[in-house]
Amino acid sequence: MNYSTTQIWLIIGVLAVGTFLIRFSFLGLIGDRPMPPLVLRLLRFTPVAVLPGMVAPLVLWPAATGGEPDLARLIAAATTLAVGLWSRNVLWGMISGAVVLYAGLGLTALL
Amino acid sequence: MPTSTEKEPAKSAYWAGVRDGAPFILVVVPFAVLFGVVATDAGLTLAQAMGFTVLVIAGAAQFAALQMMVENAALPMVLLAALAVNLRMAMYSASLVPYLGPAPLWKRALVAYLNFDQTYMVAVTRYEARPEMSVDDRVWYFFGVATPIVPFWYTMTLVGILAGTAIPDAWALDFILPIAFLAMVAPMLKSLAHVAAAAMSIFVALALNGLPSGTGLLIAAFAAMITGVVVEIWQERRA
Repeated sequence: MNYSTTQIWLIIGVLAVGTFLIRFSFLGLIGDRPMPPLVLRLLRFTPVAVLPGMVAPLVLWPAATGGEPDLARLIAAATTLAVGLWSRNVLWGMISGAVVLYAGLGLTALL
Repeated sequence: MPTSTEKEPAKSAYWAGVRDGAPFILVVVPFAVLFGVVATDAGLTLAQAMGFTVLVIAGAAQFAALQMMVENAALPMVLLAALAVNLRMAMYSASLVPYLGPAPLWKRALVAYLNFDQTYMVAVTRYEARPEMSVDDRVWYFFGVATPIVPFWYTMTLVGILAGTAIPDAWALDFILPIAFLAMVAPMLKSLAHVAAAAMSIFVALALNGLPSGTGLLIAAFAAMITGVVVEIWQERRA
């Protein structure tokens, strides 16, 4: 890393202000003015629109394996999704995914 | 709401938020430790790594910035990559407007600072399930959700910084994040429209994976939101 101390703090400062402004944007500026129904409808899909796209490359091409698909991680991801769908509970999905991940990585290390 | 909670609604909404936020300590701890470890490894000082965690308070963007800095990217590219990853929060911000819009400015500003993936998901799930909540209750619920999460985010980053590189790669901390996000998404796939939106998001994000960090995701998210609405309207016409 070849940045001066000033440059690093500049990055931190700009990201802090920029991130806050992004988060504040609509909530701060629009306030209680009504929003168009179509916009509200679109926004209801925000979480299912953002998170799967964010996760998919991380599942298929994990950086930790140099971008090569990894069986233990794939199975752990599938388990998380299946348990989450079945139980409708975030924590159960997370716990079973982590257990399967470590079991898979443990087995891979043994074999 | 049960009658027992009507006496001091704001207070009980706050504690309900604390309860609902608490499980996410499990998600935040490995992620925060990992950031501390990686930031130290990359050459940031303790103050700089903590500056990221406290001032930026956005895990994925912090990792994106760090990655670009390790590659010695030009300053504007570092900033663009990290801010692009955070653009999804503009959508979070917009989707909170119908619930929190009438709240006082300082409360909205504080919610904005605390508005990240976990707090947003938990809060919106509750707001959708309980349309009768008052604006004040919603704000206090949001603060409640953030209360157990944020201190762990700060302190566990510090632990990661101090632990440095002592944590072996075999722990696969990198994959805790995808598992956490998948666990959050699964219960949301409650209709064909939601499933279609998720599928479109995955398809477009994978297809555009080569674009600069965050850009493909943004396009994927817009395509997915439109897909969700189109499928929903189509289903309503058929019904």
